[in-house]
Amino acid sequence: MIILSSKQWYKKGLHDGIPIALGYFAVAFALGIAAKRAGLTAIQTFLATLLTNASAGGYAGFLVIEENEPYINMALTIFVVNIRYLLMSCALSQKFSPKTSIGHRLLVGFDITDEIFGISMAVKGTLNPCYNYGAMTVSIPCWATGAALGVIMGDVLPASIVSALGVGLFGMFLAIIIPPARKNKVIAGVIITSFILSFAFSKIPYLCTLSEGTRVIILTVAIALAAAILFPVKEEETDE
Amino acid sequence: MNNVYIYIGIMFLVTFLIRVIPLTLIRKKIKNVTLRSFLYYVPYVTLAVMTFPAIIEATGSMWSGIAALIMGVILAYFNVSLLGVAVSCCAVVFVLELFI
Repeated sequence: MIILSSKQWYKKGLHDGIPIALGYFAVAFALGIAAKRAGLTAIQTFLATLLTNASAGGYAGFLVIEENEPYINMALTIFVVNIRYLLMSCALSQKFSPKTSIGHRLLVGFDITDEIFGISMAVKGTLNPCYNYGAMTVSIPCWATGAALGVIMGDVLPASIVSALGVGLFGMFLAIIIPPARKNKVIAGVIITSFILSFAFSKIPYLCTLSEGTRVIILTVAIALAAAILFPVKEEETDE
Repeated sequence: MNNVYIYIGIMFLVTFLIRVIPLTLIRKKIKNVTLRSFLYYVPYVTLAVMTFPAIIEATGSMWSGIAALIMGVILAYFNVSLLGVAVSCCAVVFVLELFI
């Protein structure tokens, strides 16, 4: 196996981060439109997306702001929506050399996203933090700039284009959840159940008064817990 | 009206802690099967709940939203990239709303 220097790892990360950065830019634009709807300025959106780097988390957070919910709901919503990062963080910890310093762990941890987690786990052998820094260097600015532009351009663009871009984020969510469902019937069932119950919660009297953020928390905990009890997964599968 | 910067601060803090705590503290694998399974299923439920029915309410017309949903599911099923699926959903809505 070829041993790469930290600089080479950084370059490799930059390279692998480019397609991710391009995708982020487009999706962040759609996220910016959601931020604008919540009443955030471009600078606030830039700050929020720069600090969080999370599509679903950002979107859920902006919903909480839009509905002016209590701060505790923000903490709970962000926790539940981003709980998958706990699992990814556990998996990544196995990928580091045990000697990796806490500084590196904090920096890499700061930008665990679905995509960067994906490319990090795909690296053969031990993960050099410089690889992540490379990917972060190209992707984080694209993410935050795209979102800020979404806020600004959302005003300038015609309603038909804004309406169209608004579904971009959902398209990305589908691209994350559908491919695993193809291989795994339980995941497919979980997704269909989620769709049905989410729809029911938005229509049934009384339940439909719940905010979208609250609905996400309740359904996530209930459905994921039921699935975990009914269909516990074997160890290897959770490492994906 | 709550303060937007406090909201952003909470978003940052909670997201950051979730991402770094396991990476810095837990060096061993989680052994509890139910907890592991729960964490495994969480992203699918969360993203599915956030996508539907929001996707059909996000657009000018419900029908364009439904078309975007169908398009997104089909393309994602055939492993089209994140960007490809996102752009295609947008395109379907844009084109349909020219006619609706």
